[in-house]
Amino acid sequence: MSDRDVATQGPSGLSLFLYKTKKSFGTPMPYLAFVGIGLWLFTYWLLNEQLKISPFNKIPGPAEVLTEWFSQDPIWGTSLFTEDYWQNIKASCLRILIAFSLATGLGVPLGLFMGWSKKFKDYTFPVLELLRPIPILAWVPLSIVMFQSFEAPILFLATLASFFVTTLNTMLGVQSIDESYFRAAGCLGSKRRHVFIHVVLPGSLPFVFTGLQISIGVAWFSLVAAEMISGEFGLGYMINASYMVNKYVTMVMAMLTLGFVGWITSAMVRAAGSQMMQWREKALGQGGA
Amino acid sequence: MNTASAQANSTSSADAATKGAISIRNVTKIYDPDGVNVLAVEDCSIEIAPGEVCMIVGPSGCGKTTLLNAIAGFHSITSGQIDLDGEMLCGPGKPLADQGADRVVVFQNGALFPWKTLADNVAYGPIVQGTMTKAEAYGKAVDMLAEAGLSGVAGKYPGEVSSGMARRAEIVRALINDPKVLLLDEPYRAMDALTKSIMHESLLEVYDRTKVTIFFITHDLEEAIFLGDRVIVMTTRPARTKKIVDVKIERPRDYRLLSSEEFRVLVEETKGAVHEEAVKAFEAGERELA
Ligand SMILES: Nc1ncnc2c1ncn2[C@@H]1O[C@H](COP(=O)(O)OP(=O)(O)OP(=O)(O)O)[C@@H](O)[C@H]1O
Ligand SMILES: [Mg+2]
Repeated sequence: MSDRDVATQGPSGLSLFLYKTKKSFGTPMPYLAFVGIGLWLFTYWLLNEQLKISPFNKIPGPAEVLTEWFSQDPIWGTSLFTEDYWQNIKASCLRILIAFSLATGLGVPLGLFMGWSKKFKDYTFPVLELLRPIPILAWVPLSIVMFQSFEAPILFLATLASFFVTTLNTMLGVQSIDESYFRAAGCLGSKRRHVFIHVVLPGSLPFVFTGLQISIGVAWFSLVAAEMISGEFGLGYMINASYMVNKYVTMVMAMLTLGFVGWITSAMVRAAGSQMMQWREKALGQGGA
Repeated sequence: MNTASAQANSTSSADAATKGAISIRNVTKIYDPDGVNVLAVEDCSIEIAPGEVCMIVGPSGCGKTTLLNAIAGFHSITSGQIDLDGEMLCGPGKPLADQGADRVVVFQNGALFPWKTLADNVAYGPIVQGTMTKAEAYGKAVDMLAEAGLSGVAGKYPGEVSSGMARRAEIVRALINDPKVLLLDEPYRAMDALTKSIMHESLLEVYDRTKVTIFFITHDLEEAIFLGDRVIVMTTRPARTKKIVDVKIERPRDYRLLSSEEFRVLVEETKGAVHEEAVKAFEAGERELA
């Protein structure tokens, strides 16, 4: 708690990051990723632009998409150099930020209490289990009826989906904590609140972060679905809008952008997780490939 | 918070041998998880003197852990009474003992909080009980870990150190609370012989320094005799005391003892009783399966 520096040796902060990055290039991992992406692009190109096999020839090829993407003067009007592209990314990211924060802020405490108190769980769990199986798309009409604006239904849908996942995983996280930690806390003289802060909270973190990884994916999924149905700006809107006017190149560009942005957001969640669970990182041996 | 600071001050007491008397009288424990009664402990009585190292051996499943859990307040007893220093922990009208830092348990599989460093683990008890400030507790934890030969790893997480170090740290985590009794449930079970012998020396060293009452469950007879003042052999389920072996070997003890004649004789004497019960337990198991 207090002096963290008792017997901490080795690098920290930036130098630790550099050390880890350097080390990770010593393993085959990053190269494998490049090889994988390269192989995929090659196959895509081969099927689409070279052999022109149906149905692959019906979609824009990788060379075409990449040229458009990096073009200062895009044929279809959207590229890395046009403002609307960035505006759409910004709109979606902002929505994800709000929805994911809301879902986490509500879901984690709710899940913690559900896992911790049998009584509280008996009240809340049946409701959760009843609502959870309803597919997020089934909520669309209701959300439009409930909220008048453009923005609110989209946020509502993305939050809802992600909230269920987070709550459930957090609850399971608390239940997964070994009984002996509760007993140890008890015989060391803990009161109930100490058990909550020192056992329930940290003990459930591994599950919580697994849940958050899934939950951010689910948030993107429902966000894009909502944006496609009723949206102004956003990557889902971009996909749908370009589809409507047959700008298939722009559509594929938006899809790939979604892939990238989604990847980055889940990497951020992962990084936050390992930051908060140093104990786990270290126990697993950070040096392992 | 007067009582709190008084408690904190008496931590390294040599007069500890005046406290920690456990009296287990006619304790019976029946489990009935799904309507089927399991009589785990029946009419079991053990008197443990202050500062005694009391070793419990007995066949697997006979009810040793059940007894320890009742003392620690992890579960209730069906009848009988358990006292600590003349005060009732559990008994008629109060089947479940309160959990408290006067009886700290060291668990079979280890239960250091994996999310806290060893020093934070050790400092935990005094902090939550409010007997020390965070800084005091932390300072004391680092000192006590150093005393146990763990100064180099005080800032490490349990997952980063060997199981032997973790178990030693867990005993330190118990001792910092100045408990009346240390309850150990096969703490060295999964360890290799060499680590085990280091653990034994370290525990004996701790005991010679603190004279804390120790209630120690084990399957290892040699361990029991090497460490204990008395070895209590339990019968097969339901657990009762079958034989009590007094180990009148002087302390401090060290490893030369293991090859002495005196030690051999005691082991042989106890082995017979344990073996008899183990065979009974095995046959009872066969009957249940048949
Ligand atoms: N929670 C429980 N519910 C039902 N039966 C139980 C429970 N805990 C233990 N038992 C039964 O009580 C008996 C005694 O168990 P206990 O754990 O006390 O044995 P033990 O002597 O510690 O065994 P071991 O040496 O294997 O640890 C066993 O037959 C066990 O199956
Ligand atoms: Mg046991």
